Amino acid sequence: MYVAVKGGERAIENAHAWLAEERRGVTSVAELSVEQIREQLALAVNRVMAEGSLYDPDLAALAIKQARGDLIEAIFLIRAYRTTLPRFGASLPVDTGKMACDRRISATFKDLPGGQILGPTFDYTHRLLDFKLAADGGVPEAATREAVPGDVPHVTEFLNHEGLIEEAPHDDTTPPDLTREPLEMPAERALRLQALTRADEGFTLGMAYSTQRGYARNHAFVGELRIGSVPVEMDIPELGFSIEIGEVTLTECETVNQFTGSKSEPPQFTRGYGLVFGQTERKAISMALVDRALRWEELGEEDEGAPAQDAEFVLYHADNIQATGFLEHIKLPHYVDFQAELELVRKLRKEAGANSVREAAE
Amino acid sequence: MKDISEDNAPRQRWLGLMAKAPTGRVAGLLDETMTRPAFTWLRAPEVGSTMVRARAGATGSPFNLGEVTVTRCALTLATGEVGHAYIQGRNKADAEAVAVVDALMQTTAATTLRTKVLDVLEAEQTAKKDARAAKAAATKVDFFTMVRGED
Repeated sequence: MYVAVKGGERAIENAHAWLAEERRGVTSVAELSVEQIREQLALAVNRVMAEGSLYDPDLAALAIKQARGDLIEAIFLIRAYRTTLPRFGASLPVDTGKMACDRRISATFKDLPGGQILGPTFDYTHRLLDFKLAADGGVPEAATREAVPGDVPHVTEFLNHEGLIEEAPHDDTTPPDLTREPLEMPAERALRLQALTRADEGFTLGMAYSTQRGYARNHAFVGELRIGSVPVEMDIPELGFSIEIGEVTLTECETVNQFTGSKSEPPQFTRGYGLVFGQTERKAISMALVDRALRWEELGEEDEGAPAQDAEFVLYHADNIQATGFLEHIKLPHYVDFQAELELVRKLRKEAGANSVREAAE
Repeated sequence: MKDISEDNAPRQRWLGLMAKAPTGRVAGLLDETMTRPAFTWLRAPEVGSTMVRARAGATGSPFNLGEVTVTRCALTLATGEVGHAYIQGRNKADAEAVAVVDALMQTTAATTLRTKVLDVLEAEQTAKKDARAAKAAATKVDFFTMVRGED
Protein backbone atom coordinates (compact mmCIF):
# COMPACT_ATOMS: atom_id res chain seq x y z
CA MET A 1 0.00 0.00 0.00
CA TYR A 2 1.27 3.47 -0.93
CA VAL A 3 0.94 6.35 1.48
CA ALA A 4 1.07 9.91 0.15
CA VAL A 5 4.21 11.71 1.26
CA LYS A 6 5.85 15.03 0.76
CA GLY A 7 9.45 16.03 0.87
CA GLY A 8 12.44 16.67 -1.27
CA GLU A 9 12.57 20.45 -0.83
CA ARG A 10 16.12 20.36 0.46
CA ALA A 11 17.22 17.93 -2.27
CA ILE A 12 15.62 20.16 -4.94
CA GLU A 13 17.23 23.31 -3.55
CA ASN A 14 20.63 21.68 -3.44
CA ALA A 15 20.18 20.27 -6.95
CA HIS A 16 19.43 23.75 -8.27
CA ALA A 17 22.42 25.25 -6.47
CA TRP A 18 24.65 22.60 -8.01
CA LEU A 19 23.06 23.26 -11.41
CA ALA A 20 24.03 26.94 -11.08
CA GLU A 21 27.58 25.94 -10.23
CA GLU A 22 27.81 23.52 -13.15
CA ARG A 23 26.34 26.15 -15.46
CA ARG A 24 29.18 28.48 -14.53
CA GLY A 25 31.83 25.81 -15.11
CA VAL A 26 35.33 26.19 -13.71
CA THR A 27 35.83 29.71 -12.45
CA SER A 28 39.34 29.93 -13.89
CA VAL A 29 37.63 30.32 -17.29
CA ALA A 30 36.06 33.74 -17.98
CA GLU A 31 32.28 33.90 -17.65
CA LEU A 32 30.27 34.17 -20.88
CA SER A 33 28.28 37.40 -21.19
CA VAL A 34 24.81 37.65 -22.70
CA GLU A 35 26.25 40.10 -25.26
CA GLN A 36 28.88 37.55 -26.30
CA ILE A 37 26.20 34.93 -26.87
CA ARG A 38 24.04 37.41 -28.80
CA GLU A 39 26.91 38.48 -31.06
CA GLN A 40 28.93 35.28 -31.44
CA LEU A 41 26.33 32.52 -31.21
CA ALA A 42 23.84 34.43 -33.33
CA LEU A 43 22.43 31.41 -35.14
CA ALA A 44 21.59 29.70 -31.84
CA VAL A 45 19.96 32.97 -30.75
CA ASN A 46 18.00 33.03 -34.02
CA ARG A 47 16.73 29.50 -33.52
CA VAL A 48 15.58 30.30 -30.00
CA MET A 49 13.74 33.41 -31.25
CA ALA A 50 12.11 31.49 -34.12
CA GLU A 51 10.92 28.53 -32.08
CA GLY A 52 10.31 30.58 -28.95
CA SER A 53 8.14 32.72 -31.24
CA LEU A 54 9.45 35.94 -29.72
CA TYR A 55 11.90 38.25 -31.47
CA ASP A 56 14.25 39.64 -28.85
CA PRO A 57 17.95 38.75 -29.31
CA ASP A 58 18.94 39.81 -25.77
CA LEU A 59 16.29 37.62 -24.16
CA ALA A 60 17.14 34.66 -26.38
CA ALA A 61 20.83 35.02 -25.50
CA LEU A 62 19.98 35.15 -21.80
CA ALA A 63 17.82 32.03 -22.19
CA ILE A 64 20.69 30.18 -23.89
CA LYS A 65 23.04 31.11 -21.05
CA GLN A 66 20.52 30.05 -18.41
CA ALA A 67 19.80 26.77 -20.27
CA ARG A 68 23.51 25.94 -20.51
CA GLY A 69 23.20 25.88 -24.30
CA ASP A 70 20.24 23.45 -24.32
CA LEU A 71 18.26 25.22 -27.05
CA ILE A 72 14.94 23.49 -26.40
CA GLU A 73 15.21 24.43 -22.71
CA ALA A 74 16.01 28.01 -23.84
CA ILE A 75 12.97 28.01 -26.15
CA PHE A 76 10.88 26.81 -23.18
CA LEU A 77 12.10 29.79 -21.13
CA ILE A 78 11.22 32.20 -23.94
CA ARG A 79 7.76 30.69 -24.43
CA ALA A 80 7.10 30.99 -20.69
CA TYR A 81 8.26 34.62 -20.65
CA ARG A 82 6.16 35.40 -23.73
CA THR A 83 2.97 34.48 -21.89
CA THR A 84 3.64 37.20 -19.31
CA LEU A 85 3.64 40.00 -21.90
CA PRO A 86 0.53 42.04 -22.58
CA ARG A 87 -0.23 42.05 -26.31
CA PHE A 88 -0.29 45.61 -27.70
CA GLY A 89 -1.63 44.55 -31.08
CA ALA A 90 -0.60 43.07 -34.39
CA SER A 91 1.66 44.53 -37.05
CA LEU A 92 0.69 45.18 -40.63
CA PRO A 93 1.91 42.22 -42.71
CA VAL A 94 5.64 42.70 -43.30
CA ASP A 95 6.64 43.36 -46.90
CA THR A 96 9.50 41.01 -47.74
CA GLY A 97 9.73 42.62 -51.19
CA LYS A 98 11.22 45.62 -49.37
CA MET A 99 13.79 43.50 -47.54
CA ALA A 100 17.32 44.89 -47.18
CA CYS A 101 18.90 41.62 -48.34
CA ASP A 102 22.08 40.24 -46.80
CA ARG A 103 21.62 37.17 -48.93
CA ARG A 104 19.45 36.38 -51.93
CA ILE A 105 19.91 33.36 -54.13
CA SER A 106 17.84 31.48 -56.66
CA ALA A 107 18.37 27.88 -57.69
CA THR A 108 16.05 28.29 -60.67
CA PHE A 109 17.40 31.35 -62.49
CA LYS A 110 21.08 32.11 -62.94
CA ASP A 111 20.67 35.66 -64.18
CA LEU A 112 17.92 37.43 -62.36
CA PRO A 113 17.34 41.08 -61.54
CA GLY A 114 19.20 41.86 -58.35
CA GLY A 115 21.61 38.99 -58.94
CA GLN A 116 22.78 36.09 -56.80
CA ILE A 117 23.98 37.53 -53.50
CA LEU A 118 25.66 34.89 -51.36
CA GLY A 119 25.83 36.82 -48.09
CA PRO A 120 27.51 35.44 -44.95
CA THR A 121 26.97 31.75 -45.76
CA PHE A 122 28.47 28.39 -44.75
CA ASP A 123 27.85 27.23 -48.34
CA TYR A 124 31.06 26.47 -50.27
CA THR A 125 33.09 26.21 -47.07
CA HIS A 126 35.04 22.96 -46.79
CA ARG A 127 33.65 21.97 -43.41
CA LEU A 128 37.15 21.54 -42.07
CA LEU A 129 37.69 22.55 -38.46
CA ASP A 130 39.43 25.89 -38.32
CA PHE A 131 41.98 25.69 -35.53
CA LYS A 132 42.76 29.37 -35.93
CA LEU A 133 39.43 30.05 -34.17
CA ALA A 134 40.70 28.12 -31.14
CA ALA A 135 43.73 30.39 -31.05
CA ASP A 136 42.03 33.79 -30.84
CA GLY A 137 42.80 34.74 -34.41
CA GLY A 138 41.94 38.14 -35.87
CA VAL A 139 39.25 38.43 -38.52
CA PRO A 140 39.95 39.73 -42.02
CA GLU A 141 37.67 42.62 -42.93
CA ALA A 142 34.78 41.77 -45.26
CA ALA A 143 35.13 43.18 -48.77
CA THR A 144 32.73 45.82 -50.00
CA ARG A 145 31.41 46.84 -53.39
CA GLU A 146 29.05 49.56 -54.46
CA ALA A 147 25.50 48.34 -53.95
CA VAL A 148 22.69 48.89 -56.41
CA PRO A 149 19.99 50.86 -54.58
CA GLY A 150 16.36 49.83 -54.69
CA ASP A 151 14.21 46.84 -53.78
CA VAL A 152 15.08 43.33 -54.88
CA PRO A 153 12.10 41.83 -56.73
CA HIS A 154 10.77 38.36 -55.87
CA VAL A 155 11.59 35.61 -58.35
CA THR A 156 7.99 34.38 -58.41
CA GLU A 157 7.01 37.76 -59.87
CA PHE A 158 8.80 36.90 -63.14
CA LEU A 159 6.98 33.59 -63.40
CA ASN A 160 3.72 35.31 -62.49
CA HIS A 161 4.08 37.59 -65.51
CA GLU A 162 3.81 34.59 -67.79
CA GLY A 163 1.10 32.91 -65.72
CA LEU A 164 3.46 29.98 -65.21
CA ILE A 165 3.02 29.84 -61.46
CA GLU A 166 0.00 29.97 -59.21
CA GLU A 167 -0.77 33.39 -57.76
CA ALA A 168 -0.79 34.14 -54.06
CA PRO A 169 -3.78 36.47 -54.17
CA HIS A 170 -3.75 39.39 -51.78
CA ASP A 171 -6.41 39.54 -49.09
CA ASP A 172 -6.72 41.11 -45.69
CA THR A 173 -8.56 38.58 -43.57
CA THR A 174 -7.54 38.47 -39.91
CA PRO A 175 -5.54 35.26 -39.50
CA PRO A 176 -6.28 32.73 -36.73
CA ASP A 177 -3.77 32.75 -33.87
CA LEU A 178 -2.76 29.50 -32.21
CA THR A 179 -1.38 31.38 -29.20
CA ARG A 180 -4.95 32.47 -28.48
CA GLU A 181 -7.12 29.58 -29.69
CA PRO A 182 -5.98 25.97 -29.42
CA LEU A 183 -4.87 24.43 -32.70
CA GLU A 184 -7.78 22.50 -34.21
CA MET A 185 -8.22 20.44 -37.37
CA PRO A 186 -8.80 21.05 -40.16
CA ALA A 187 -6.20 23.82 -40.01
CA GLU A 188 -6.30 26.45 -42.73
CA ARG A 189 -3.02 27.49 -44.35
CA ALA A 190 -2.54 30.60 -42.19
CA LEU A 191 -2.67 28.44 -39.08
CA ARG A 192 -0.36 25.83 -40.60
CA LEU A 193 2.19 28.50 -41.48
CA GLN A 194 2.10 29.88 -37.93
CA ALA A 195 2.60 26.40 -36.49
CA LEU A 196 5.41 25.61 -38.93
CA THR A 197 7.38 28.82 -38.42
CA ARG A 198 7.67 28.08 -34.67
CA ALA A 199 8.02 24.30 -35.16
CA ASP A 200 11.08 22.33 -34.10
CA GLU A 201 13.80 22.65 -36.70
CA GLY A 202 14.81 19.00 -36.53
CA PHE A 203 11.25 17.73 -36.89
CA THR A 204 10.52 20.10 -39.77
CA LEU A 205 13.77 19.11 -41.48
CA GLY A 206 12.94 15.41 -41.13
CA MET A 207 9.45 15.91 -42.54
CA ALA A 208 10.80 17.99 -45.44
CA TYR A 209 13.48 15.40 -46.15
CA SER A 210 10.83 12.66 -46.26
CA THR A 211 9.07 14.51 -49.10
CA GLN A 212 12.34 14.63 -51.04
CA ARG A 213 12.84 10.91 -50.55
CA GLY A 214 9.47 10.13 -52.08
CA TYR A 215 6.84 10.41 -49.34
CA ALA A 216 4.49 12.92 -50.95
CA ARG A 217 7.02 13.81 -53.57
CA ASN A 218 6.48 17.25 -55.07
CA HIS A 219 9.95 18.03 -56.36
CA ALA A 220 10.85 21.43 -54.98
CA PHE A 221 13.20 23.95 -56.52
CA VAL A 222 14.36 26.79 -54.33
CA GLY A 223 12.94 29.56 -56.47
CA GLU A 224 14.36 32.04 -54.02
CA LEU A 225 15.97 32.23 -50.65
CA ARG A 226 16.48 35.63 -49.07
CA ILE A 227 17.73 36.79 -45.69
CA GLY A 228 17.63 40.37 -44.51
CA SER A 229 15.82 42.92 -42.42
CA VAL A 230 12.35 44.34 -42.85
CA PRO A 231 10.64 47.10 -40.88
CA VAL A 232 7.72 46.17 -38.62
CA GLU A 233 4.87 48.64 -38.91
CA MET A 234 1.88 48.83 -36.62
CA ASP A 235 -1.30 50.90 -36.44
CA ILE A 236 -1.25 53.03 -33.31
CA PRO A 237 -4.85 53.82 -32.34
CA GLU A 238 -3.95 56.78 -30.13
CA LEU A 239 -2.07 58.39 -33.03
CA GLY A 240 -4.55 57.46 -35.73
CA PHE A 241 -1.85 56.25 -38.11
CA SER A 242 0.76 53.52 -38.38
CA ILE A 243 4.44 53.82 -37.48
CA GLU A 244 7.47 51.60 -37.80
CA ILE A 245 8.10 50.20 -34.34
CA GLY A 246 11.25 48.28 -35.20
CA GLU A 247 12.98 45.95 -37.55
CA VAL A 248 13.37 42.18 -37.72
CA THR A 249 15.71 39.91 -39.64
CA LEU A 250 13.86 37.19 -41.54
CA THR A 251 14.68 34.24 -43.76
CA GLU A 252 12.26 33.63 -46.59
CA CYS A 253 12.15 30.63 -48.89
CA GLU A 254 9.86 30.32 -51.87
CA THR A 255 9.82 26.98 -53.58
CA VAL A 256 8.68 26.33 -57.12
CA ASN A 257 7.12 22.90 -57.28
CA GLN A 258 5.79 20.48 -59.82
CA PHE A 259 2.78 21.67 -61.66
CA THR A 260 -0.85 20.92 -61.49
CA GLY A 261 -3.43 21.55 -64.14
CA SER A 262 -7.00 20.64 -64.79
CA LYS A 263 -9.58 20.77 -67.55
CA SER A 264 -10.21 24.42 -66.76
CA GLU A 265 -6.67 25.51 -65.95
CA PRO A 266 -3.48 25.02 -67.96
CA PRO A 267 -0.51 23.45 -66.16
CA GLN A 268 1.39 25.78 -63.89
CA PHE A 269 3.98 25.56 -61.14
CA THR A 270 2.79 25.50 -57.54
CA ARG A 271 4.42 27.10 -54.52
CA GLY A 272 5.57 26.37 -51.00
CA TYR A 273 6.39 29.13 -48.54
CA GLY A 274 8.76 29.39 -45.63
CA LEU A 275 9.32 32.49 -43.49
CA VAL A 276 11.17 32.36 -40.19
CA PHE A 277 12.61 34.85 -37.66
CA GLY A 278 16.37 35.39 -37.94
CA GLN A 279 18.96 33.85 -40.21
CA THR A 280 17.45 30.37 -40.19
CA GLU A 281 17.92 29.00 -43.65
CA ARG A 282 17.62 25.26 -43.05
CA LYS A 283 14.38 25.83 -41.19
CA ALA A 284 12.90 28.17 -43.82
CA ILE A 285 13.58 25.72 -46.67
CA SER A 286 12.14 22.86 -44.59
CA MET A 287 9.07 24.92 -43.79
CA ALA A 288 8.46 25.64 -47.48
CA LEU A 289 8.66 21.95 -48.39
CA VAL A 290 6.32 20.90 -45.60
CA ASP A 291 3.91 23.75 -46.38
CA ARG A 292 3.77 22.55 -49.97
CA ALA A 293 3.21 18.91 -48.96
CA LEU A 294 0.34 19.93 -46.65
CA ARG A 295 -1.37 21.77 -49.52
CA TRP A 296 -2.15 18.50 -51.36
CA GLU A 297 -5.89 18.75 -50.80
CA GLU A 298 -6.40 22.31 -52.03
CA LEU A 299 -4.24 21.53 -55.09
CA GLY A 300 -6.29 18.45 -55.92
CA GLU A 301 -3.46 15.98 -55.37
CA GLU A 302 -3.81 12.43 -54.21
CA ASP A 303 -3.56 11.51 -50.55
CA GLU A 304 -0.61 9.14 -50.64
CA GLY A 305 -0.88 8.54 -46.92
CA ALA A 306 2.55 10.13 -46.50
CA PRO A 307 3.35 11.53 -43.04
CA ALA A 308 4.13 14.99 -44.46
CA GLN A 309 0.63 15.16 -45.99
CA ASP A 310 -1.05 14.51 -42.66
CA ALA A 311 -1.70 17.95 -41.17
CA GLU A 312 -2.82 16.50 -37.85
CA PHE A 313 0.30 14.37 -37.53
CA VAL A 314 2.66 17.16 -38.59
CA LEU A 315 1.14 20.05 -36.66
CA TYR A 316 0.42 18.17 -33.43
CA HIS A 317 3.97 16.82 -33.23
CA ALA A 318 5.99 19.75 -34.56
CA ASP A 319 6.05 21.84 -31.39
CA ASN A 320 9.10 20.92 -29.35
CA ILE A 321 7.79 22.50 -26.16
CA GLN A 322 4.56 20.50 -26.20
CA ALA A 323 6.50 17.40 -27.15
CA THR A 324 9.22 17.78 -24.57
CA GLY A 325 6.70 18.68 -21.89
CA PHE A 326 4.79 15.47 -22.37
CA LEU A 327 7.86 13.34 -22.98
CA GLU A 328 9.81 14.57 -19.99
CA HIS A 329 6.92 14.45 -17.57
CA ILE A 330 7.21 10.65 -17.46
CA LYS A 331 10.44 10.96 -15.49
CA LEU A 332 8.60 12.75 -12.67
CA PRO A 333 7.13 10.72 -9.79
CA HIS A 334 4.37 8.34 -10.91
CA TYR A 335 4.44 6.37 -7.66
CA VAL A 336 0.68 6.06 -7.29
CA ASP A 337 0.09 5.15 -10.95
CA PHE A 338 2.79 2.57 -10.78
CA GLN A 339 1.57 1.18 -7.46
CA ALA A 340 -1.81 0.49 -9.10
CA GLU A 341 -0.14 -1.35 -11.98
CA LEU A 342 1.96 -3.31 -9.54
CA GLU A 343 -1.12 -4.38 -7.57
CA LEU A 344 -2.83 -5.42 -10.78
CA VAL A 345 0.07 -7.55 -12.02
CA ARG A 346 0.37 -9.24 -8.63
CA LYS A 347 -3.35 -10.01 -8.63
CA LEU A 348 -3.25 -11.40 -12.18
CA ARG A 349 -0.26 -13.57 -11.34
CA LYS A 350 -2.01 -14.86 -8.23
CA GLU A 351 -5.11 -15.75 -10.25
CA ALA A 352 -3.02 -17.42 -12.95
CA GLY A 353 -1.21 -19.38 -10.25
CA ALA A 354 -4.48 -20.49 -8.63
CA ASN A 355 -5.87 -21.58 -12.03
CA SER A 356 -2.83 -23.70 -12.83
CA VAL A 357 -3.00 -25.38 -9.41
CA ARG A 358 -6.69 -26.11 -10.02
CA GLU A 359 -5.98 -27.47 -13.54
CA ALA A 360 -3.21 -29.70 -12.20
CA ALA A 361 -5.60 -31.05 -9.56
CA GLU A 362 -8.34 -31.85 -12.10
CA MET B 1 3.50 52.65 -45.59
CA LYS B 2 -0.15 53.41 -45.30
CA ASP B 3 -1.41 56.59 -46.84
CA ILE B 4 -1.82 59.15 -44.17
CA SER B 5 -2.49 62.84 -44.25
CA GLU B 6 0.41 65.15 -45.11
CA ASP B 7 0.41 66.58 -41.57
CA ASN B 8 1.12 63.25 -39.97
CA ALA B 9 3.80 62.07 -42.38
CA PRO B 10 6.76 63.84 -40.68
CA ARG B 11 5.67 62.56 -37.26
CA GLN B 12 5.28 59.06 -38.63
CA ARG B 13 8.84 59.29 -39.95
CA TRP B 14 10.45 60.56 -36.76
CA LEU B 15 8.67 58.02 -34.56
CA GLY B 16 9.81 55.23 -36.91
CA LEU B 17 13.35 56.57 -36.98
CA MET B 18 13.60 56.71 -33.18
CA ALA B 19 11.99 53.25 -32.77
CA LYS B 20 14.86 51.73 -34.72
CA ALA B 21 17.66 53.57 -32.87
CA PRO B 22 20.19 51.52 -30.86
CA THR B 23 19.74 51.25 -27.09
CA GLY B 24 20.37 54.53 -25.27
CA ARG B 25 21.00 56.53 -28.44
CA VAL B 26 17.88 58.75 -28.44
CA ALA B 27 18.29 59.48 -24.73
CA GLY B 28 21.97 60.30 -25.25
CA LEU B 29 21.35 62.69 -28.14
CA LEU B 30 18.42 64.36 -26.39
CA ASP B 31 20.40 65.01 -23.21
CA GLU B 32 23.34 66.40 -25.21
CA THR B 33 20.94 68.81 -26.89
CA MET B 34 18.86 70.16 -24.03
CA THR B 35 17.57 69.78 -20.52
CA ARG B 36 14.44 67.65 -20.52
CA PRO B 37 11.20 69.50 -19.83
CA ALA B 38 8.83 68.57 -17.04
CA PHE B 39 6.05 66.15 -17.99
CA THR B 40 3.38 63.94 -16.52
CA TRP B 41 2.68 60.37 -17.58
CA LEU B 42 -0.43 59.60 -19.58
CA ARG B 43 0.74 56.03 -19.71
CA ALA B 44 3.82 55.00 -17.76
CA PRO B 45 6.31 52.92 -19.77
CA GLU B 46 5.24 49.28 -20.12
CA VAL B 47 6.75 46.29 -21.84
CA GLY B 48 4.57 44.08 -24.01
CA SER B 49 4.51 42.45 -27.40
CA THR B 50 3.25 42.92 -30.91
CA MET B 51 2.29 39.98 -33.11
CA VAL B 52 4.24 40.29 -36.35
CA ARG B 53 2.22 39.30 -39.37
CA ALA B 54 3.38 38.23 -42.81
CA ARG B 55 1.73 37.02 -46.01
CA ALA B 56 1.65 33.47 -47.39
CA GLY B 57 3.81 33.46 -50.51
CA ALA B 58 4.88 37.03 -49.63
CA THR B 59 1.77 38.53 -51.23
CA GLY B 60 -1.16 36.32 -50.17
CA SER B 61 -3.28 35.93 -47.05
CA PRO B 62 -1.88 37.16 -43.74
CA PHE B 63 -0.59 34.76 -41.08
CA ASN B 64 0.91 35.25 -37.63
CA LEU B 65 4.69 34.92 -37.73
CA GLY B 66 5.57 35.48 -34.07
CA GLU B 67 5.82 38.24 -31.53
CA VAL B 68 8.35 40.98 -30.95
CA THR B 69 8.94 42.73 -27.62
CA VAL B 70 7.80 46.36 -27.56
CA THR B 71 7.94 49.15 -24.97
CA ARG B 72 5.40 51.94 -25.08
CA CYS B 73 4.51 55.05 -23.12
CA ALA B 74 2.74 58.40 -23.47
CA LEU B 75 3.28 61.68 -21.67
CA THR B 76 2.14 65.30 -21.58
CA LEU B 77 4.52 68.23 -21.32
CA ALA B 78 3.72 71.03 -18.88
CA THR B 79 2.96 73.11 -22.00
CA GLY B 80 0.33 70.57 -23.12
CA GLU B 81 1.97 68.69 -26.00
CA VAL B 82 1.45 64.92 -25.97
CA GLY B 83 4.30 62.57 -26.86
CA HIS B 84 4.03 58.87 -27.71
CA ALA B 85 6.54 56.06 -28.02
CA TYR B 86 6.30 52.53 -29.37
CA ILE B 87 9.75 51.02 -29.68
CA GLN B 88 11.08 47.53 -30.25
CA GLY B 89 12.69 45.82 -27.27
CA ARG B 90 12.39 46.21 -23.52
CA ASN B 91 13.76 49.59 -22.61
CA LYS B 92 11.63 51.98 -20.57
CA ALA B 93 14.27 54.73 -20.44
CA ASP B 94 14.50 54.76 -24.24
CA ALA B 95 10.71 54.83 -24.60
CA GLU B 96 10.59 57.83 -22.28
CA ALA B 97 13.23 59.68 -24.32
CA VAL B 98 11.37 58.94 -27.58
CA ALA B 99 8.07 60.23 -26.16
CA VAL B 100 9.79 63.39 -24.85
CA VAL B 101 11.31 64.08 -28.28
CA ASP B 102 7.96 63.35 -29.96
CA ALA B 103 6.27 65.93 -27.70
CA LEU B 104 9.07 68.48 -28.10
CA MET B 105 8.90 68.13 -31.89
CA GLN B 106 5.53 69.85 -31.60
CA THR B 107 7.14 72.87 -29.89
CA THR B 108 9.63 75.56 -30.91
CA ALA B 109 12.43 73.12 -30.02
CA ALA B 110 11.61 71.19 -33.20
CA THR B 111 14.30 72.75 -35.40
CA THR B 112 17.07 72.11 -32.89
CA LEU B 113 15.92 68.51 -32.29
CA ARG B 114 15.64 67.93 -36.02
CA THR B 115 19.32 68.73 -36.58
CA LYS B 116 20.79 67.46 -33.31
CA VAL B 117 18.75 64.27 -32.83
CA LEU B 118 16.74 63.14 -35.85
CA ASP B 119 19.23 64.02 -38.60
CA VAL B 120 22.00 62.35 -36.60
CA LEU B 121 19.94 59.18 -36.15
CA GLU B 122 19.02 59.16 -39.80
CA ALA B 123 22.65 59.53 -40.90
CA GLU B 124 23.72 56.74 -38.55
CA GLN B 125 21.01 54.38 -39.75
CA THR B 126 21.74 55.10 -43.40
CA ALA B 127 25.48 54.54 -42.86
CA LYS B 128 24.80 51.22 -41.11
CA LYS B 129 22.44 50.06 -43.88
CA ASP B 130 24.84 51.13 -46.62
CA ALA B 131 27.75 49.33 -44.99
CA ARG B 132 25.77 46.09 -44.87
CA ALA B 133 24.51 46.52 -48.42
CA ALA B 134 28.09 47.09 -49.63
CA LYS B 135 29.25 43.86 -47.97
CA ALA B 136 26.31 42.00 -49.53
CA ALA B 137 27.11 43.50 -52.94
CA ALA B 138 30.69 42.19 -52.65
CA THR B 139 29.25 38.64 -52.40
CA LYS B 140 27.25 39.01 -55.60
CA VAL B 141 28.19 36.34 -58.14
CA ASP B 142 29.66 37.41 -61.47
CA PHE B 143 29.14 34.58 -63.94
CA PHE B 144 31.68 34.04 -66.69
CA THR B 145 30.83 32.09 -69.80
CA MET B 146 33.30 29.20 -70.07
CA VAL B 147 32.28 27.49 -73.31
CA ARG B 148 29.41 28.56 -75.49
CA GLY B 149 27.42 25.56 -76.59
CA GLU B 150 26.44 26.94 -79.99
CA ASP B 151 30.01 27.76 -81.12
